[in-house]
Amino acid sequence: MSAEPTDNVGVNLAVDMRGITKAWPGVVANDHVDFSVRAGEIHALVGENGAGKSTLMNILYGLVRSDSGEIIVNGKPARINGPRDAIALGIGMVHQHFMLIPVFTVGENIMLGREPVAGPGFYDYTRARKDIEELTKKYGLRLDPDARTGDLPVGLQQRAEIVKVLYRGANLLVLDEPTGVLTPQETVELFGILRDLIKGGKTIIFISHKLKEVLEISDRITVMRRGKVVGHLTTKKTNEQEIATMMVGRAVLLRVDKKPAKPGAVAFRVENLTANSDRGVQALRGISFELRQGEILGIAGVEGNGQSELVEVLAGTRRATGGHVLLGDRDVTVANAREERDAGVGHIPEDRRGVGLILNYSIADNLILGRERASAFSWHGLLLRLDAIRNWAKRLVKEFDIRTPSIETPARALSGGNQQKIIVAREMGTRPRVLLAAQPTRGVDIGAIEFIHRRLVAERDEGTAVLLVSAELDEIRSLSDRIAVMYEGRIVSFEPADTDEARLGLLMTGGGTGAKTGAA
Amino acid sequence: MTFLGDIAHVLATADLWRLTLEAAALLLLPALGGVISERSGVVNIAMEGMMLTGAFFSVVADLAWHNPWAAALVGIIAGGLMALIHAVVSIRFRADQIVSGIAINIFAAGLTVFLVNRLYGLADVGHVGQANLLPYINVPLLDQIPFLGRVLFQQNVVVYAALILLVVVHLVLFRTRLGLRIRAVGEHPQAADTAGINVYVIRYGAVITSGLLSGLAGAFLAIGISNTFVPNMTDGRGYIALAAMIFGKWTPFGAFVACLIFGLGQAIYDNNSIIHVSQYLLSMLPYVLTLVVLAGVVGRSIPPAADGIPYAPENE
Repeated sequence: MSAEPTDNVGVNLAVDMRGITKAWPGVVANDHVDFSVRAGEIHALVGENGAGKSTLMNILYGLVRSDSGEIIVNGKPARINGPRDAIALGIGMVHQHFMLIPVFTVGENIMLGREPVAGPGFYDYTRARKDIEELTKKYGLRLDPDARTGDLPVGLQQRAEIVKVLYRGANLLVLDEPTGVLTPQETVELFGILRDLIKGGKTIIFISHKLKEVLEISDRITVMRRGKVVGHLTTKKTNEQEIATMMVGRAVLLRVDKKPAKPGAVAFRVENLTANSDRGVQALRGISFELRQGEILGIAGVEGNGQSELVEVLAGTRRATGGHVLLGDRDVTVANAREERDAGVGHIPEDRRGVGLILNYSIADNLILGRERASAFSWHGLLLRLDAIRNWAKRLVKEFDIRTPSIETPARALSGGNQQKIIVAREMGTRPRVLLAAQPTRGVDIGAIEFIHRRLVAERDEGTAVLLVSAELDEIRSLSDRIAVMYEGRIVSFEPADTDEARLGLLMTGGGTGAKTGAA
Repeated sequence: MTFLGDIAHVLATADLWRLTLEAAALLLLPALGGVISERSGVVNIAMEGMMLTGAFFSVVADLAWHNPWAAALVGIIAGGLMALIHAVVSIRFRADQIVSGIAINIFAAGLTVFLVNRLYGLADVGHVGQANLLPYINVPLLDQIPFLGRVLFQQNVVVYAALILLVVVHLVLFRTRLGLRIRAVGEHPQAADTAGINVYVIRYGAVITSGLLSGLAGAFLAIGISNTFVPNMTDGRGYIALAAMIFGKWTPFGAFVACLIFGLGQAIYDNNSIIHVSQYLLSMLPYVLTLVVLAGVVGRSIPPAADGIPYAPENE
C-alpha cells in the first residue's frame, strides 16, 4: 500500500508491541522488546530457540502476561488477558504443537469455543460445517470437516489449525514454526496458502529459524537474540548470512566445511532387508546398501517412506522380517539394542524426547544410558561408580559444549539443542564403528546445528561409518558423501552428493527413475 | 426342581427385574458422575465416599425435619461438598487424583462413623419413618401393563430421576456446546484453553456435578431403599459404579448397560434363598467383569487422553 518506507510513519500497523518485558525466574525472556507488523504483510520473527520469540507471541495471544509494555492493535491500545481477548481482537495463533483434539472431527475442532447454537445449548454442527466449507472454498483449502483429526497427515492437521483460526475471524495469523513438521511438498503448499491469505487481506507473523524459508516468504524480518530485538530487516535487502550472524551474534558457518571422504572397509552391509511398520504394513521392501568406514551415507526421502523403520531395525529396536544385516562379517540381523550397542553401533534416534533421553534423569545419568553395565561405570553391574560417571559427564559436557548449570540438572530443563547434544555426546563419546543419525538436528537452533554437523564430519574423518537420515535436503546434501533416496520402502536410487535439489525432490516422490509413479 | 429350573423360574419373575433396575439406578447415578468428571479430565474414584456422605447427611436431615425431599437435597449438597474437596485438591493444587480420591473415601468413612457416635452415641441412628422415605411411585395406567408395568413403572422416584438423568447427561455430553467443551478439556486442555475455554471452570463444574449425583445416590440408598444409616452402608457401590463407568467406556449408556448387569447380580444375590449360588461369587462379578474389560477382551476401553493429568498453563 505504501512504497518501502524505512520506518513505520504513515503505515497501517496491524500490531505494535512496545517495550514488552517479561522475566521468568532466572531469565529475562523479553527485554524491552519493540515489535511491529504492518497490515497485509508477512512478517518473519526469527531467532534461536530461547531467544524469546515464543514468549513474545504468547504475550500477544494472551497465554502469558507481560511484566510491562503496551500492545496496540489496529491503532487502539489493547488489553489482552487471555486467548479470548486476543481472539476478539482478531488475533489467531497456529501453534507449533497443534492444538487439535485427535478424537474429534476436523469440524468439531474448528468450531470449538465458538460453536453455533441451535435450541437450548445444542451445537449446530450442520451450520458449522457449512461455514467451514465456505471458508475453505474462499481460500482454496481442501479439507474434509468430517474426517477424524488424528487420522490426517500432519500437513492437513496444520491446515485444520489455519482454518480454525480463520473461523474465529482472525485477521492477524501467528504461525509458530509452521514448517518444522512439514515435508518439502507440504511446505510449498503452505506457502501458497499464506500468499492467498495475504491476498484475502490477512496479515501474517511467521516464526521460524529456517532462513531460506524466511527469505522466500516474508516481506520484513525482526531478529531476536537473548530476549532482545537485535535487528529489523527488509527481506529484499538482506541475505541468509546477515540474518544468521544477527541471530547468533557472531559469524556462522552455514556451509559445512569438509574434505573429500576417504572410504575404507565395508562396515555395515544390508542385504534385501524387509520389515513391517507398527501397523503391520510392510515398511521396508528389500533394502540393500553398503556403508564404509569414513563415509557419510545420506538417506533422503519424504518422511514415512521407511526411513524410521530402517534405522530402528539397524539399531536393534525393530525386528526384521527378512534379509541380512552384517556388521563387519558378523550377522546382526536379529541383534537387540544392547547387542548392537555392544558391537559398536551408535544410535541418535529421531525421537529425542521420547527415545533418546529420560527427561527426568540428570544429564550425567542420560550420558551413560545404555552403558550403565559397562565396567567403567559399574562394579560388576551391581553398583554404579558415581565418581567415574561424574568425571565422564563433566568431560562430555565440556567437549560437546552442553550448556547446563550442572551435570545434575534434569535433561528436561535444557533447550532442544542442548538436549540433542547430550545424545550426540553419549553416542559419539564411546567411539562407535557405525553411527546411525536420524534427524540429528530437527528442531535444534543454528548454533547447535553448526556444532552437530561439524562433529558428524569429524566422526567420519576419524573413520566412523555414518548413516544420516534427514528430512532436510540441505542437511543431506551438505553432509553426505553419497545419497540414497528412499521411496515406499525401497532405495530408488543412489546419487552423488552434489545432485541438485530438484532431482532429489523428484526421486523422493517416486519420479525420475522410470519406475512406476505412485501418488505422492 | 433342578438348579436350571430354579434360575429360569427366578428370571421369569417381574420382581427380580424390578429389583435389577432399582439396583442399577443406584449404581447409575455415581457412574454418570464419574463419566462427567473423567470426561473433563479429572479421575474420580471418590464416588464411594461421596455416596456415603450423602447417605449419612440425608438421614440426619430426614430425622430432624421429617421431609424426604429436603433431606435428599441435603444429601446431594453433602456429596457435592465432598467433591469440592477433590476438585480443589486435584485442580487447584494439582495433586495426584487417585491419592485424593482414596483420601476422600477413607475420610468419608471415618467422618460418618465419628458423627454417628457424636450425634447418636452408641445407640442406633434410628429409623426414618415410612412416611418420611423417598416414595415409590406407581405411574398411573402404565403400571398396569403385565410384567413390564411392575418392572418399569412401580419404582422409586429416584429411579425415574436416574433414567431421566441418563438421557440428559448423554445429550449434554454429545450434543451440546457445554458437552463438547467438557470433552475437549478432558482430551487436550491446552487446545481448549487456546480456543478461549476456561479449563478450570469446566473441571470444577464437572467434579462437583459428580458429587451431586453421588450424593443423590447416597440419599436414595439411605432414605429410599433402607430407612436408616449404617456405617459403611454403601458397601463398595461407589467402586462398582467406577467399574461400570470403565466397562461402559466412559459413555452414559455404556455405563448403564454395565449397571444393569451388575444390578442383576445384586438382585440374584438378594434372591439367594431361591438360587443357591455362592453370594461371594456373585459379589465378585463386577470386579471380574471390569478386569475382563480392562484386559481388552470386549474391545479396548480408552479413557479421555488428559484424564488424571492436572492442567498447568504456561504462565505459571
